[in-house]
Amino acid sequence: MTSNTATMNGAIAGPSLWSRMMSGQAGPVTVVLMALFVIWYGGAVLMNAPTQIDKYNRADQTWTKMQLIEDTLAQERPILPAPHQVAQEMYKTIFATKITSKRSLVYHTWVTLSSTLLGFVFGTALGILLAIGIVHVVTLEKSLMPWVISSQTIPILAIAPMVVVVLGAIGLKGLVPKAIISTYLCFFPVTISMVKGLRSPQVIQLDLMRTYNASKWQTFWSLRLPSAMPYLFASLKVAIAISLVGAIVGELPTGAQAGLGARLLAGSYYGQTIQIWSALLTAAFVAAIMVVLVGWCERRVLVRMGARS
Amino acid sequence: MTLKAVVNNVAKMPASTDAVVDIQKLSLTFQTADGPVYALSDVDLTIERGDFVSFIGPSGCGKTTLLRVIADLEKATGGDISINGVSAQEARENRAYGYVFQAPALLPWRTIERNVTLPLEIMEISKEERIRRGHEALKLVELNGFEKKFPWQLSGGMQQRASIARALSFDADLLLMDEPFGALDEIVRDHLNEQLLKLWARTNKTVAFVTHSIPEAVYLSSKIVVMSPRPGRIIDVIKTDFPKDRGLDIRETPEFLEVAHRVREGLRAGHSYDE
Repeated sequence: MTSNTATMNGAIAGPSLWSRMMSGQAGPVTVVLMALFVIWYGGAVLMNAPTQIDKYNRADQTWTKMQLIEDTLAQERPILPAPHQVAQEMYKTIFATKITSKRSLVYHTWVTLSSTLLGFVFGTALGILLAIGIVHVVTLEKSLMPWVISSQTIPILAIAPMVVVVLGAIGLKGLVPKAIISTYLCFFPVTISMVKGLRSPQVIQLDLMRTYNASKWQTFWSLRLPSAMPYLFASLKVAIAISLVGAIVGELPTGAQAGLGARLLAGSYYGQTIQIWSALLTAAFVAAIMVVLVGWCERRVLVRMGARS
Repeated sequence: MTLKAVVNNVAKMPASTDAVVDIQKLSLTFQTADGPVYALSDVDLTIERGDFVSFIGPSGCGKTTLLRVIADLEKATGGDISINGVSAQEARENRAYGYVFQAPALLPWRTIERNVTLPLEIMEISKEERIRRGHEALKLVELNGFEKKFPWQLSGGMQQRASIARALSFDADLLLMDEPFGALDEIVRDHLNEQLLKLWARTNKTVAFVTHSIPEAVYLSSKIVVMSPRPGRIIDVIKTDFPKDRGLDIRETPEFLEVAHRVREGLRAGHSYDE
């Protein structure tokens, strides 16, 4: 009897520990992260091995498998740098370098981030204004909506240099042209979501406003805009991420001297793969942090608007 | 004013000078892809000040449409309608009525208080006055103490009471109610019916009330309008003379049952037309 209970307990305790680990967000994320590291290290060894073996042969050196693995993970210009190499580079350029230095990744991140944020503000404002026009004026819906959609079918890489050159000709340089490229990318999801959001009030709610003889603007402020808030935040999460993409793309074709895009470009000129990867990862972190911040604002606003927390 | 105009005006004057709603030969046809739908046909009706008028009939008989025409949420395609002597549109623009929908239609991001004072906000009434009137309206439906709650924190019956308070908050003389208790259970409905009667007796408002429940119609009304579908029309108007402060127990009296019987007969007659 006692042994029976013991085995039963054991059988129950086993899966429950696993399911407890996997029930939160931390467990699954850790598993995926570890899988990524394994694939990354494996890939680094495989991709860097040919050049390393070449090097051994030229130096007439004998090598063991262990030595090969060690060396492929410590090359100066690997085809695929190992995670720890990227981490070291990031530590060096983010924490160990003065942020005013041109070698500091913080400095470059700030250059890109400032135009990302400016573009995001422009894009959000433009997106909301377009949506308000489209929802309220039938002619605007018919005339603007096709342009809004076709604007996104043009590759941003084709437009970016033109924007920079044209604006440069009228004396706008640096921050603003990049921000405008971000704006161009990020107004789109805001417009599309806000049109849907501003149209989301139910017929019964619109009828209610009509019984009060509410004006278009009163209906907008008391009904349409609050109804659209969840749609707005969903689109802002997309907009902030692609705003960063826009800012980086804006730095690429112009040979910008500073910014994450400039770091990517310089890295690829000189075969500095470690530098490319650390700029890439930094961009990814920045994007993640911004999306999290937008999500935090969303929760704050929606809780104030009575959402069940 | 010429003599002819005066004569015209006299001719247009409603039969009773105290008519709140006066409808003559009203019809409404919806044009649909499958041909015209006759939602209302040849409707004549007068609602007098202080009346509690119920509209009863099977679904599709146009009772909700008729209420929406009175509220100027639909436009009649024929006939005349006047509210307080002016057109339905002017009446709506004057905020002559409070409307209670089938669903509470509370705005989920506003507290109960701010939902109830929404019409006052749109009428640009000062904040202190809004809060005062909101309190009063909530007291009328016995919801005081729930000012700061959000709609989802209230039961369905309480939400519907809040929506009634919202219709009462700006003190319109006419209350239009479209099956306000249709989604509620019997016990809550009885309770709200009682409260509504008390409110009517106290405020002396004119009420137009759409329902598909015979006991509800007979219990609440001073006048019952029985309607029939295809085309939507009035087939009987029954006046009752129960006292204004009636209790739920009148529902067991012979007079009550007699009226209920007449309503049922009317509904049945309307139906046989269909089969």
